[in-house]
Amino acid sequence: MVGAACALYAARAGFSVVLVDRGPVAGGTTGSGEGNLLVSDKEPGPELELALLSGRLWSRLAAEPGLGASIEFEAKGGVVVASSGEGLAALGEFAAGQRDAGVDARVVTDAELYELEPHLAPGTPGGVFYPQDCQVMPSLAAAQLVRTARGLGARLLTGRTVTAVLRTTGGEVRGVRTDHGEIHAPYVVNAAGTWGGDVAALAGVRLPVLPRRGFVLVTEPLPRMVRHKVYAADYVADVASGSAALQTSPVVEGTAAGPVLIGASRERVGFDRSFSLPVMRALAAGATRLFPFLAGVSAMRAYVGFRPYMPDHLPAIGADSRVPGLFHACGHEGAGIGLAAGTGHLIAQVMAGGVPDLDLTPFRPDRFADSPAEEAS
Amino acid sequence: MSPAPTLAVVGAGPAGLSAALAAALRGVRVTLLDSAAQAGGQFYRQPAEALGARHPKALHHQWRTWERLRDGLAQQVSAGRVQHMTERHVWFVERVGEVPEGRDPGNPDGRGPGGSDRRHFAVHALPGPEQEDSVAVYADAVVLATGGYEKVLPFPGWTLPGVLTAGGAQAMLKGGLVLPGRTAVVAGAGPLLMPVAVGLAAAGAEVAALVEAAGPSHFAGRSAALAAHPDKLAEGVGYLAQLLRHRVPLAARHTVVEAHGKDSVEAVTIAALDPAGRVRPGTERRIACDTLAVGHGMLPHTDLAEGLGCRVDGVNVAVDAEQRTDVPGVWAAGETIGIGGAALSLAEGHIAGRSAAARLRGAAPDPRTWAAAAKSRTRARKFAAALAAVYVPPAHWAEQLRDDTLVCRCEEVPASAVREAVEELGATDARSVKLLTRAGMGWCQGRMCSAAVAGLAGCEERSARRPFARPVPLGVLARATDEQAPEGGPADDEQNPS
Ligand SMILES: Cc1cc2nc3c(=O)[nH]c(=O)nc-3n(C[C@H](O)[C@H](O)[C@H](O)COP(=O)(O)OP(=O)(O)OC[C@H]3O[C@@H](n4cnc5c(N)ncnc54)[C@H](O)[C@@H]3O)c2cc1C
Ligand SMILES: Cc1cc2nc3c(=O)[nH]c(=O)nc-3n(C[C@H](O)[C@H](O)[C@H](O)COP(=O)(O)OP(=O)(O)OC[C@H]3O[C@@H](n4cnc5c(N)ncnc54)[C@H](O)[C@@H]3O)c2cc1C
Repeated sequence: MVGAACALYAARAGFSVVLVDRGPVAGGTTGSGEGNLLVSDKEPGPELELALLSGRLWSRLAAEPGLGASIEFEAKGGVVVASSGEGLAALGEFAAGQRDAGVDARVVTDAELYELEPHLAPGTPGGVFYPQDCQVMPSLAAAQLVRTARGLGARLLTGRTVTAVLRTTGGEVRGVRTDHGEIHAPYVVNAAGTWGGDVAALAGVRLPVLPRRGFVLVTEPLPRMVRHKVYAADYVADVASGSAALQTSPVVEGTAAGPVLIGASRERVGFDRSFSLPVMRALAAGATRLFPFLAGVSAMRAYVGFRPYMPDHLPAIGADSRVPGLFHACGHEGAGIGLAAGTGHLIAQVMAGGVPDLDLTPFRPDRFADSPAEEAS
Repeated sequence: MSPAPTLAVVGAGPAGLSAALAAALRGVRVTLLDSAAQAGGQFYRQPAEALGARHPKALHHQWRTWERLRDGLAQQVSAGRVQHMTERHVWFVERVGEVPEGRDPGNPDGRGPGGSDRRHFAVHALPGPEQEDSVAVYADAVVLATGGYEKVLPFPGWTLPGVLTAGGAQAMLKGGLVLPGRTAVVAGAGPLLMPVAVGLAAAGAEVAALVEAAGPSHFAGRSAALAAHPDKLAEGVGYLAQLLRHRVPLAARHTVVEAHGKDSVEAVTIAALDPAGRVRPGTERRIACDTLAVGHGMLPHTDLAEGLGCRVDGVNVAVDAEQRTDVPGVWAAGETIGIGGAALSLAEGHIAGRSAAARLRGAAPDPRTWAAAAKSRTRARKFAAALAAVYVPPAHWAEQLRDDTLVCRCEEVPASAVREAVEELGATDARSVKLLTRAGMGWCQGRMCSAAVAGLAGCEERSARRPFARPVPLGVLARATDEQAPEGGPADDEQNPS
């Protein structure tokens, strides 16, 4: 997704772009995650600012002729549900901070909550409504942005693996070598997601991108029963946590196509693809707690993906001071779809030598000392 | 004495039955689970009359084999060594408990004190897709013998009522639903078409044509491998004789290009194929019919194996010479590891059952003890490979699809959408086509359309990862399941998800 957005914004900025992937379009994490464009789960800080910028850009993209429908863009809004009165108070506080940062966050009473989501479990004390939360279908979003970029002259090369980053004797980037020949360019953008650390290593630099496994359960198609993205308050804590333990929290949403997605388990178990029944159980249990009617709805399938995460949970965006001509746009963890538009836009701005709309200092790719792995806090 | 080791066998077709019997006869307590009401699988589930009465000579041998299996099962069940659970849809096989490092989980010497780590697998099953009472059968090892399912290739008109799969036609026969006076065309590629055509004709339908993509030249180079199986050839010759007797015209090297009809099928257009597998222009001809049975062979069921993390090569679960998958404690036999007919499934099941029995007792099995089965396995695999090379769908079948021909019925995805995904959106494999078009995301989870999508996308067929072999209600998934331990002892607690 991130590479697609970089290609589109770079093409629009007048660059001649070659987009290379070892697989198909959307064959990486983008094809195995959900497509929420969220502000609700982010605390005030650089990621939230990037999310707000991205949200504006996504809305603009969705307004372009044909694009909104083809990427299944929906400005559906998010609902964060409190599990207790205490929880509600904490949520309210969190929302107040977000409001100061420019988020539209509205605390809702239990009555208002049931109006938003009539099928929620009874006895829920209230929550916060976030009208800015949106959704796209991630694979289609990536594919359609690539198609649009190709319309502007960008070239797409699928099924090619980058095996080396080519440098001049002066150390500047002059392109990449792939298993099907070389591609020459003065700028290389590393948008290899969870594998971004490997691509950085090809250029001789360290970028600590690590996998964080996530499962999503998909139900049979239903008429719209879940209207927003609905999740329990403990989710916010999970996102900011670096703990290696499994943390599941019910994140339930209906999709344009009918199935309900139940998602977002988070585990650090390397690239283990094997299906874990305990994780599915926890997801199912969480979802049926929020929406009891789901108990009778069948799970059709589940998919697994590996979020690209960095030790401080911020992506790497911008020029790498260690290698002139090398840019990074990876490590977006569980928000790479949402943050892609902003990331692509900012990368195009800095590549063109302009001043980015957002201060990129917190996202500096070389912010991690070149020392052995530091662990997440 | 420690309690007898336990084995769960999923699938009660030829492979599962012979595995269950081979293991039970060697002191293993077996639980045999199948979604059907009766044992027998795809093959022996056919009504007794159809097998016994209609083709007495050619099928006599098979009938005896079935009687032996059926009686053997009854004996083992009454002796309490096999528990046969019918109408159990297994949706997931889970590894539970830790296997001690470096130990074969089938090896009781690897057992912890009190046998606590002995139940390595939980086989989760539902009595039906919408049911709420999933049970878990715990066992030391599992044999996956889930067989295969029919491969479907679309063509214009394939969604019309009256168009069915070869297996569907077989089911119709079984239910006695073929009304004499109906006119059927049987088409596709593969050895199953002949028995289907004969069955339909014998039941009183007029079979207006048997349309087979393979032609005589396909058999030429492989006559040696095929001739090594006089029994099989006799079976084939027997069917041919029956076809002649029922005056079924055989259109070899032909294909169906379209089914016509308003509310249901009224006619089909068939055409000859050129050597490259393209329709020869000008050879089209229309045949009136009200039933079209189409078959393009079978694909293995690999879901349970994949849920366990077993290696899958292409579309087949990978096994070694003992029928072991690469996941310790998991064996696989029969069509789940490759389509090859009942005789092959029997041989593989037998070997799997013996290997499991030996390893569950902590002994390395001696392959010499199953030399006969191994020999018949080798022969049957050669024969299957020769058949697979003969019976291939026309190489360019996808060209027959019009843009509006549906490829995925569940999600109503037309061929044009798949073509667009490949040509314009950067999809290069079945998975990315699925993501970009929704083909294969519906109720059947791509079991129906995966072959078609791969063909249209011009990529190799691979098994799609389906973690659940059956849809499972979230309430069932969320709840700790009831447990059933084959030896009646207390079962392990459900794993805590936290
Ligand atoms: C279960 C789950 C749920 C999620 N839900 C959401 C959500 O709701 N909202 C959201 O915003 N995000 C979500 N995410 C996160 C999101 O999916 C990722 O952040 C995002 O997809 C990352 O995009 P990317 O382009 O950086 O990486 P990818 O999509 O992985 O793309 C990287 C590409 O680089 C290619 N590549 C790697 N190495 C090489 C090489 N050497 N040569 C050539 N090509 C190479 C890969 O083939 C791949 O296609 C979720 C993730 C998961 C796992
Ligand atoms: C129409 C037709 C005609 C045929 N004619 C011949 C012939 O003439 N000669 C020949 O040699 N072969 C023939 N075959 C092929 C033969 O039926 C198969 O080779 C044979 O049945 C394969 O045996 P198996 O045990 O591997 O699988 P199967 O017989 O398919 O048995 C698998 C069993 O597993 C069960 N199962 C699958 N998944 C699950 C699950 N998740 N939970 C619970 N149970 C499950 C199924 O219900 C089934 O009973 C024919 C097949 C068909 C369809």
